[in-house]
Amino acid sequence: MATVFIPAPLRRVTAGQARVEVPAATVAELVDRLDAQHPGMRSYLLDEGGAQRAYVNIFVNATEIRSLAGLQTPLAERDEVSILPAMAGGGAHHGPPDP
Amino acid sequence: MALELARAQVDAMIEHAREDHPIECCGLLAGRGGRVETVLRGHNADRSPFTYRLDPQEQLQLFKQMDALGLDLLGIYHSHTQSPPYPSRTDVAKAFYPDAAYVIVSLRDKATPNDQVDVRAFRIRDGVITEEELVVT
Repeated sequence: MATVFIPAPLRRVTAGQARVEVPAATVAELVDRLDAQHPGMRSYLLDEGGAQRAYVNIFVNATEIRSLAGLQTPLAERDEVSILPAMAGGGAHHGPPDP
Repeated sequence: MALELARAQVDAMIEHAREDHPIECCGLLAGRGGRVETVLRGHNADRSPFTYRLDPQEQLQLFKQMDALGLDLLGIYHSHTQSPPYPSRTDVAKAFYPDAAYVIVSLRDKATPNDQVDVRAFRIRDGVITEEELVVT
């Protein structure tokens, strides 16, 4: 059973819960189960093609899953998963064009 | 809704902007009930004068720190080193925290005294920018 830390902007989806327990063997399975419990999670975390959205970081314990096995990263009992939307922006007036 | 903070906390954000100039600085404002209790400095992983991205690893640590202290994320601050303190297109496109105040410190010239530095706060929700009152006590 992994524990998922839900950040403030996603708590509207989890009815205010900051921590959710989810049985899952991989991050991909965790996303599916989270979405079944709290509809809207999947589309927040993944794009239409099922890939992790660029602005969403998903940590297993202290490591972002892009440097592990991505959505296929295995989960063990007592792993802690943290979902963190990026904090980014900037003046960008003379910088590269906005994406 | 207004965001309340002490003059020393405003100065802490300005000093951070000054130290990191010409790259943009970034950090978090944590507190309770609309009142900032602590300014948490971050590192701009982009190391850019035009954009910022709070280092995700550091962001995780800061979130855990706030959690342990029982503090809420009230604001996200960053500096503009080339433009006024108003959300840019990039700021709006990358605003994923609708319940946080986005505080912008405009510091074009790092020699500007603190009391002449413009600091403003905004809510950015679904692409809509609303200025938020900063109550400095």
